[in-house]
Order: sequence, then structure tokens, then C-alpha cells
Amino acid sequence: MILFDHVTKVYPSQQRPALDDVSLEIEKGEFVFLVGPSGSGKSTMLRLVLREERPTKGQVWVLGKDLNRLSNWKIPTLRRQIGTVFQDFRLLPNKTVAENVAFALEVIGKPKSHINKVVPEVLEVVGLEGKEGRRPDELSGGEQQRVAIARAFVNRPMILIADEPTGNLDPATSVGIMKLLDRINRLGTTVVMSTHDSQIVDQMRRRVIELEGGHVVRDQSRGVYGYAQ
Amino acid sequence: MRATFVASEVGNGLRRNLTMTLAVIITVAVSLGLFGASLLVRAQVSTMKDFWYDKVEVSIFLCSKGSDTPSCAGGAVTAAQRDQIKSDLESLRPLVQEIYYESKAEAYERFKEQFRDSPIVDNVTEKALPESFRVKLADPTQYDVVASAFEGRPGIEQVNDQRKVLDKFFQILGGLQLIALLIAILMLIVTVLLIVNTMRVAAFSRRRETSIMRLVGASNFYIQLPFLLEAALAAALGAILAIGALALMKTVIVDGLLAPSFQFTAFVGWDAVLAIAPVMLITGIGLAGLAAFFTLRKYLRV
Repeated sequence: MILFDHVTKVYPSQQRPALDDVSLEIEKGEFVFLVGPSGSGKSTMLRLVLREERPTKGQVWVLGKDLNRLSNWKIPTLRRQIGTVFQDFRLLPNKTVAENVAFALEVIGKPKSHINKVVPEVLEVVGLEGKEGRRPDELSGGEQQRVAIARAFVNRPMILIADEPTGNLDPATSVGIMKLLDRINRLGTTVVMSTHDSQIVDQMRRRVIELEGGHVVRDQSRGVYGYAQ
Repeated sequence: MRATFVASEVGNGLRRNLTMTLAVIITVAVSLGLFGASLLVRAQVSTMKDFWYDKVEVSIFLCSKGSDTPSCAGGAVTAAQRDQIKSDLESLRPLVQEIYYESKAEAYERFKEQFRDSPIVDNVTEKALPESFRVKLADPTQYDVVASAFEGRPGIEQVNDQRKVLDKFFQILGGLQLIALLIAILMLIVTVLLIVNTMRVAAFSRRRETSIMRLVGASNFYIQLPFLLEAALAAALGAILAIGALALMKTVIVDGLLAPSFQFTAFVGWDAVLAIAPVMLITGIGLAGLAAFFTLRKYLRV
């Protein structure tokens, strides 16, 4: 599903590599936590999967494709199979909940009839039925993140990438979001989530990949947050 | 492709960026208006050239008794010289299209006709007017061939090209056209810069939308299309205003003011306006589209 083969990423303005010779594989259907301090390379890994960046050395394979050899005009097709969720939700403030989700389908040219069918379905999956007409500023943080997850999931992507999705939420709300991500994972979507939230990682008992200074320092199935010594 | 979605995006974009859109429309209108006007002046010059070059002729004035040019030192032109000049002119065909000999008597008749109402006629006698050959050239620009062959020859007082008088006039018109064209090009550059900036502002003010579009896998084309259509639409509106202004120029200035006052010459017709209008429209939309396209390529990267 996702394969890093001796991947090194050096940003043009920096000397120290953000990722240094990282090799790992994530299988279909897995739920993976990426942990590690700020600047350890978590976001860089996610950006490489989305092909927002290209590796300096090595190869990134996503959904059976070598991203180094993926031509620019095929990137949109790749991203349609990857849902993304961020710490800051990234909703459009002047659109309602339903419109925000529909937007993701409109811009990839889906027909209106399809949109009218799947948007209510996905809003039910994330538990927002009855709030279709609200605007983001009328929702709590947890609800806003649910809208963002609905938008990421409405296309039934193969992979869901979540970059600190609970970073702006209180612990109780975070649990709800984690339950939702777990449900999406059980529906067959591979979930890769970066986080600083040790409680969540310890509770979920899923695979944990720990990064530090661009190196993988720990890769444990059913791991906990605590740092490797 | 969802046409209604793209159309609503374009409408939203134009409304949100209304002042910039108006600025684009106005600069496009002014620059294309000048551009069209300069093309119209050029069409006018070529219409007048067609009209006048058809009528101009080269006059070869022959020596009369009192002429004081060096080539007339031998006194009035002799019959032999006159015949020689005529046969030399004949030998210049086909450049020389028509040769017409005007005797002193004919010159006097024409003079009297031209200055019918002026007292000057009474002071001029038939003798004072030179006899001449009037020569019509197939290509009026080849005047030098005739001039160099005949100027300074014994029996010839002067070779006169009417075209030279007209050329002064055409030079002035040509200068005006060049100035209009230069201003038009400057304005078009301003327009392009303005469109580049407008697109930058538009791309920036909608960066939230476009970044989400990128994330969910919208194609570049789909992301850029609304911006491109906005630029093209604003340019098309400006071009239509400019074409309207050009038609107004033609109606009010050319047909209303110039044509009645200067009936001796020809003026551009509507066919010239019809030929210029699509050039203006295509220039406007093309420039705006290209400017937008290259700006967006920089600011809306995948």
C-alpha cells in the first residue's frame, strides 16, 4: 500500500535531512500511528505520500505506483484515492457542512445525482446527520473535524492520512474522533495518523512508528507512545 | 466537467474581486480602443493612398522662352527635343502607363478653369505657362526612375512629382498612427501587468479553496479554469467596449465630421471596422488568457 525504500529528503534551504534513509512498509488495512517530536519528519513522510514533495533519494511507492515516475498530470488521480485530514480542519467558512463535503466531489467532476446520494450517507457515517445546513463557525471543534473527515472519506479512499487530527481538540472529543477513524479503518481504509497524543496511542494499541531526527527509531505493532530508549 | 459548478465559481470570483475586475475591463477597453484606432488610421492611410496614387502623375515641364534653369539655357524647348522626350517616355513602358502632352494653350485653359473666380487669371498670359508631359506611372513609388532619366536634360525645366506633396500628408498620418500604436502597446503592457496582479490577488484570496481542491485531487485544469475564464470574460467585456468606441469613432468622427468637410478624398468604410473588430477581440482575450495562464502556473502549482 505504502512503501518507503531508503528514502532521504533534504529541503533546499536546510542541511540536515528531514528524513534520512527511511525504509518501511504499510500494508493494506493497517492503522498506523506516526509519533515523534516536532521536526522529527512525520509531516515530511505524509507529504511524500501525497506527492506534495519528492524524495531527494530513494523511492516512495503508493498504491503500487512509484511516485518518482508519476507524471504531474496523474497526481490528481493519486490524490483522489487518498483522503486527508488536518489539525486545522481546513473547511470553507462560507459553505455549509453539506456544501463543504459536496465541494470535494464537485471539483473532481462528479455528477450532481451522485453527490446528492453520497453526501448524506457520509454525513451519517461521521455522525453529523441533522447538521447538514450549519456553517463551520456554528459547529464545535470536534464537529468541524468530523466534517473534514467526511470530506476526506466521501470518495471512499484507499488511504486516509491524518496529520495530528486531534491536535486542536480536548481529550473527550478526541476519543470520539478516534472512534470514527477506527470505524473508517474497519471499513477497509488504511489509516496513517501522526500525533503527539500519548493517551490515544496507548489506548488504541495499534502499530506505532516513531521518528526522531529523520530516523525510524521504533516500529512496533500494537505499540504504545513512550519513547524508545 | 460540471459546467454549472464552473460557471458559479466564475460568477463568485468576479463578484468578490469586483474592483479589480472593473479595472481590468477598463484598461482592456482603453488599450484595445487605442490599438483599434491605430489600426483604423492605418486603414485610412492605405485607403487614401489607393485613392490618390491612382490620380497622381509626374509632370515634366518643358522650357519656355524666359526659363532661367541651367537646362533651359538653350531657350525654349525645340520640336526635336520634345519628340525625343516623348519617345524616351514611351521606351519606359510598362512603368509609364499613360503619357499626355499638355500644350501652352491647354495649360492656360486649365489654369483659367482652376482659378475661375480669382483676379489672378487676368495677369497671366498663355505664354507664361509652360507646356508639359503628364505621365502616369504604373507604380507611383518608382518616381525616381523617371526623375533621374529626365531631370536636368536640355529642354526640360523641371520634373515634378505630385506624390511628394501627398507623402508629407501621409507621413503626418503615419506618425499619428505610430504614436497611437506605441501608446496602445504601452497600455497593453499595463493591461497584462494588471491582469497578472489581479490573478495573483484572486489566487491568493481563494487559496483555501484551491488548496482543498488540490488535496482532494482536482485536476490542474479544473482548478485553473475558473480563473482563466474570469480573465477571458473581463477581457472580452473590455474588447466589446473598445469595439463599440471604435464604431462610435467611425460614425461620429469619420462619417459625421471628416467626410462631409473633405469630400475630395476617400475615407475608410465599415469593412475596415469589421476587419479590425475581431483582431481586437482576439488580441484582448488572447493576451488576458496568456497572462492569466502563466501567472496561475506559478501560483497554483500542484
